Amino acid sequence: MGGDALLKISVFSYVGLLVILPIMVVSFQALGTGWGQIWADVMQPSAWFSLKLTFICAMAMALINAVTGLAMAWVLVRYDFWGKSVVNSLIDLPFALPTNVTGLMLVVLYGPVSMLGKYLKIHGIEIIYAQPGIVLALLFVTFPFVVRSVQPVLMELDKDIEEAAATLGASRFRTFRKVVLPHLMPSILTGVALAFSRALGEFGSVVVVAGNIPMKTQVAPVFIYGEIESYNPRGALAVSLVLLICSLVTLILLNLLQRWGRERGT
Amino acid sequence: MGILVKNLNKKFGDFTAVDDVSFEVEQGKLVALLGPSGSGKSTILRIIAGLEEPDSGAVYLTGEDATALPTQRRNVGFVFQHYALFKHMTVAKNIAFGLEVQKRPQNEIKNRVEELLDLVQLKGYENHYPSQLSGGQRQRVALARALAPKPKVLLLDEPFGALDAKVRQNLAGWLRQLHREVQVTSIFVTHDQEEAIEISDRIVVLNRGRVEQIGRPEEIYDKPLTKFVASFIGHANVIEAIVQDGKVLAGKDRIELPVSHALSESGEAVVLVRPEDIVIAKDASASELSASIVGIRYRGDVYELTLQMSEVTLHAVEEKLRYQQQNWGIGDRVQLHFNKFKFFYAEEGHDAIRERLHSLGYIE
Repeated sequence: MGGDALLKISVFSYVGLLVILPIMVVSFQALGTGWGQIWADVMQPSAWFSLKLTFICAMAMALINAVTGLAMAWVLVRYDFWGKSVVNSLIDLPFALPTNVTGLMLVVLYGPVSMLGKYLKIHGIEIIYAQPGIVLALLFVTFPFVVRSVQPVLMELDKDIEEAAATLGASRFRTFRKVVLPHLMPSILTGVALAFSRALGEFGSVVVVAGNIPMKTQVAPVFIYGEIESYNPRGALAVSLVLLICSLVTLILLNLLQRWGRERGT
Repeated sequence: MGILVKNLNKKFGDFTAVDDVSFEVEQGKLVALLGPSGSGKSTILRIIAGLEEPDSGAVYLTGEDATALPTQRRNVGFVFQHYALFKHMTVAKNIAFGLEVQKRPQNEIKNRVEELLDLVQLKGYENHYPSQLSGGQRQRVALARALAPKPKVLLLDEPFGALDAKVRQNLAGWLRQLHREVQVTSIFVTHDQEEAIEISDRIVVLNRGRVEQIGRPEEIYDKPLTKFVASFIGHANVIEAIVQDGKVLAGKDRIELPVSHALSESGEAVVLVRPEDIVIAKDASASELSASIVGIRYRGDVYELTLQMSEVTLHAVEEKLRYQQQNWGIGDRVQLHFNKFKFFYAEEGHDAIRERLHSLGYIE
């Protein structure tokens, strides 16, 4: 009994010191300046722009990832092809790579000096040091989330529910939309939510790919870094607080989502 | 005509799942496809539903050639072993699915769903999710869902296979009753011969992808045409024997069996005797076979006796009353008489038969 209590106290203090304390300190620091000041700092044009850009890019990434991640999981679970296990293990590569290496790879591939980059430039498409580059980088670093959350659910999904729908006259499309997709929805949303909150804070790849151009390619984490570098902790704190709240909200939604999935027995 | 299946063939790689199978199901009848696992029964059912494509052969549903039709347009109701309910939909939504696909008017759907809830005795459960139901209830929902669009035929793939013995029995009896009410041409697949005998109008016995026998349950049980049917349906003692000089000799000690056949051919043979067809008597003066009782098991309604006749082991059953009158005990010497038996030449040899029966779980 004594040992149990000790273990519990140790774990709680560890989590407290490691996770909760820094969050509280940042929050109090930011709040210490007063709500009015925080509001003013957040609404300052380059700060507001960086937050907006971060959200729009993360949203775009989330939408694309929901579709491509589902398609990838589908192909991996439902089809057999040569080299499947290799592809399957490659999915996790974005997690293993340092994110600025990811950024560098994208620059080398799409950058202004590369063949592809030059070709795109002629056709008026800019990727590197531009907003599409941010989405591309975010897509790369968050790719595994949706695939890995959908894959196990899809594997457990019995084919007989699709066959049942077919015997009841439902077309393949209707079966997918009305039977398969609802089963996968909680796991798709879980993957999307994880990818989204990860994307809000992505720094390494984005700073390499998009640079640090205020009001053009500067995302919130890069903005925070810039503020700290230029001895303006107040601006950094205000934007940090917004990101923090967003991450927390996403986390809570995620928990609700998982409970919903469990309740429906899927 | 309900269902006609003509010369169906299906291979999976090298494995022949269905081997030239033909049979017919009369309109409104309930037919069992009975066989051990790997006998092709489920594959045949899936071919009828269009869930599997035959290599050759044809399927006719109510007189129309359905071989080329996709599942969606065959108008069959299908019930799966593991229910295959849509877990994210309520019971009512599950039952309504087929009707909604057909875009029936909402009030018609509502009425039909209520009708079916009544039929499967699940009134009051319309807003439950499948995860809130027991296995038996789930299978009843699956049945209601399959019946809702008024299918031409109803196909059930081991519908009670995932249920407890008790629930299974109740549900099997209930299905029989339901079929009398609904009168839809039905095929159900099972490996359980008691289930097949209990609820079907006719039985198609399958073995290794081939039809062994088609007939009413009584015919299948009392007049098996092949030794597979004889051994698969009901319990049977399998006695290996050889035929020599017109006599049937069992086991190493060559006990002469009282098998009165005009046997001219010599060779290996098998004699099948059902436990209930072995009559045992204390009277040692009777001329026939003698054995000793080596095991007694009380089975609730009957006693099962294990008899040793030289090195041949036989199982017999005794009714309670008779058992008590005779006061049998282990070690008693008894006389045997076979009321009924089946004799087959073992073309493939004893080893092949033993292997086959072993794979079916009939001998250890």
